[in-house]
Amino acid sequence: MIAIGLPPEASTIAPRVDLLLYVVTAVTGLVAIAIFVTMIVFGIRYRAGSPAPRADDIPALQARARRRVETAWTLIPLALFIASFAWAARLYMVRGTPPANAIELFVVAKQWMWKLQHPGGQREIDEMHIPRGQPIRLVMTSQDVIHSFFVPAFRLKQDILPGRYTEMWFTATKTGRFHLFCAEYCGTDHARMGGDVVVMEPAEFARWLAAHPAAENMASRGADLFRHYGCSGCHGANASVHAPNLAGLFGKPVPLSNGTTVVADERYVRDSILLPEREVAAGYAPIMPSFAGQISEDDIIDLIAYIKSLADTREHPK
Amino acid sequence: MSSVVDGIGAGIPGSRDTRRSDAPSSYLTDGMSIGSWLATHDHKRIAILYAITITAFFFIGGAAATLIRLELATPAGDLVRAETYNKLFTMHGVIMVWFFLIPSIPATLGNFLVPLMIGARDLAFPRLNLTSFYLYVGGAVFTLAAMIAGGVDTGWTFYAPFSTLFSNTHVLYVLAGVFVVGFSSILTGLNIIVTVHKMRAPGMTWFRLPLFVWAQYATSAILVLATPVLAMTLVLLTVERVFGIGIFDPALGGDPLLFQHLFWFYSHPAVYIMVLPAMGVVSELVANGARNPVFGYKTMAFAIIAIAVIGFLVWGHHMFVSGQSMYAGIVFSFMSFLVAIPSAVKVFNWTATLWHGRIVYTAPMLYALGFVGLFTIGGMTGLFLAALALDVHLTDTYFVIAHFHYIMVGGTVSAYLGGVHFWWPKITGRLYSDRWARFAAVLLFVGFNFTFFPQYLLGIAGMPRRYHEYPPEFQTLNVLSSAGALVLALGYLLPLLYLGWSLFRGPRAPANPWHATGLEWQTTSPPPTHNFASTPVVTAPPYAYVPMRDVVDAREGTQ
Repeated sequence: MIAIGLPPEASTIAPRVDLLLYVVTAVTGLVAIAIFVTMIVFGIRYRAGSPAPRADDIPALQARARRRVETAWTLIPLALFIASFAWAARLYMVRGTPPANAIELFVVAKQWMWKLQHPGGQREIDEMHIPRGQPIRLVMTSQDVIHSFFVPAFRLKQDILPGRYTEMWFTATKTGRFHLFCAEYCGTDHARMGGDVVVMEPAEFARWLAAHPAAENMASRGADLFRHYGCSGCHGANASVHAPNLAGLFGKPVPLSNGTTVVADERYVRDSILLPEREVAAGYAPIMPSFAGQISEDDIIDLIAYIKSLADTREHPK
Repeated sequence: MSSVVDGIGAGIPGSRDTRRSDAPSSYLTDGMSIGSWLATHDHKRIAILYAITITAFFFIGGAAATLIRLELATPAGDLVRAETYNKLFTMHGVIMVWFFLIPSIPATLGNFLVPLMIGARDLAFPRLNLTSFYLYVGGAVFTLAAMIAGGVDTGWTFYAPFSTLFSNTHVLYVLAGVFVVGFSSILTGLNIIVTVHKMRAPGMTWFRLPLFVWAQYATSAILVLATPVLAMTLVLLTVERVFGIGIFDPALGGDPLLFQHLFWFYSHPAVYIMVLPAMGVVSELVANGARNPVFGYKTMAFAIIAIAVIGFLVWGHHMFVSGQSMYAGIVFSFMSFLVAIPSAVKVFNWTATLWHGRIVYTAPMLYALGFVGLFTIGGMTGLFLAALALDVHLTDTYFVIAHFHYIMVGGTVSAYLGGVHFWWPKITGRLYSDRWARFAAVLLFVGFNFTFFPQYLLGIAGMPRRYHEYPPEFQTLNVLSSAGALVLALGYLLPLLYLGWSLFRGPRAPANPWHATGLEWQTTSPPPTHNFASTPVVTAPPYAYVPMRDVVDAREGTQ
């Protein structure tokens, strides 16, 4: 196979990006051709010694022409630019707004591999199996330097940063195996930090999940970690320490001691584990110790899954 | 201080001409010792020193590019190891950006021509000019030594935290070298700004300045305003790398996006540092080649200023997928479309300059027309990258590589070579073979497109940049690109040969071999040390080509 043009269109956004690409190519191509044709025509017609008539007073000729054309060739490109800008920005906003029913997969990038975890606890390295037709939201972080999750067939990429979560979402529309590249230079084996996205029919994907059972799903592994790291000592049902109840927390606004409010998303939970003094919930003393350097990104992700699983309950975690 | 007073005096109406009657006839023969060159305060000699140095760096950077293209001729990483490949593209980027492109036109043609074009005897601060040169040489040679001794593998962008915590290469030495070279940029910019303000000859009003001078002036403003931000950013990287103080590395409490904001706040305007002087050169060349005034002179001057100003407000378009806020992305996308307007207007006006002209296809004109064509393609594809949803797919792929090479190489290097050919008779006092020069211009144009057009297609197909090896389906386009690179490499060697030949065997150049307007053509070729026998007085707008309509043969001298 020789790649010359665009890769296959394998996500819902891909054909929309491609349409924009074709239109922008056509419009800029036409303008470029118009410029080149004009240059060639002038270049031949007004070559030195040619019989074409010239104006006697070129500055006056140019001044007259300027009044007619300069406004036009400022405003016409401006109109075309604003149209392209708005169209592309609209699609960018679609890319930036995941649907509520998306399945969440966690991605941890490190030099030079991809680690993925499904909600059921299935882990993969350098491969991502996903069902066709189902919106997927990736929650991604890096263990070391900046990486970038790039699937050309989806027309999507998103940088992955250490110390925070970035996200990207898509709905695959074609089954098959597609390239996954790291698009942000990350050191020696950057070019080998690749993998495959495997899109399967939903039924086939269900069989794949069943054939790769995990000992525990993410939330229950998170529950174990919640006890292992001693979180339950303060946040648990029988805790004697005055610490926030994490049940029903995820996705809700949290008033902070400095008077502001944040939404308890993945970032907030992660930062609360690693930088607990930064955003202290209102009404609580800043007594939580930092777990920075003691807990891996994978474990944090499981803890988040656990806290997320408590989102719909009111009861204290055990 | 005396040199300042002397210099300014040359541009003030009524100042006496203090040139001795027994002064040597040309700056080239005013002192023949090595010392008279290495310690010169003459802007023209300093320009020559720069030209020799940047030419050396151009070929070193080009050698790294040649190795990169040879490696990429096959999908497997079989020519050099991954570590070596990463050091090669870093070396190529660092050398070409900081040691070639940024000083290319401002420090050579700008240094040589700005005083001549405005009718001054020298730059405002001749000693500062020499200091600037030695800062450049010192920093650049130091960096080169570090890159050859051990290499550095961060890419020219030094993204943190890779550059601060993870890279085990000579990052600190390279940061130090680039930091020092930055001061050279700042001082050159300062010198040109003061010179243009204070040393214009009588009658040389702002709107009689050649567009080349406008471009140098705007570029200098960017150099002075943006380069300190680079210096600060490099210091912050050093502080984090050496002392472990968390600025960019989140493990230490820093923010890696802060690095990208600071870096691109400098590095996007730096793109205009590289291309604005090229636009200035092309305006001179197109006007002379068409024997017409530049169409819309004032519009062209304002467009230069608009690009310089808006260019400071678009840096976030390098970060559409970086994790910066979606709304920031939208604002930066809009600003990026806006900055394209004055560039588009310039292309239209260059084209319109040909209208009713008497076009002579000399080598400089071919380079200038090549610039307009390649800059148009580079600019148009820049719109793809400004369009948010397209950038998401195209950024960090070979599409970006192709785009900025169309601007930096197809644009700036074409204009630089065109300018060198145009002013060569003035600078050296010799004529070269226009036939060979036209052949080289065409060869470079063909070789350039052959090398870089396939890279647009590679990027659209999804091949990421900075890849030492790649999936086999990308090979066809990579082979095309590598083959084109060989043509291009040959094309770049040609001018060395025929221009080198002309230095020793070329016919003597008359004062104004192109029948060009502009004060630099009113003095002898090569000019005397103090540029003008008496301070010129300007009475006409630039590009007053109209009365010379019968002049066709640009090779014939006026003397």
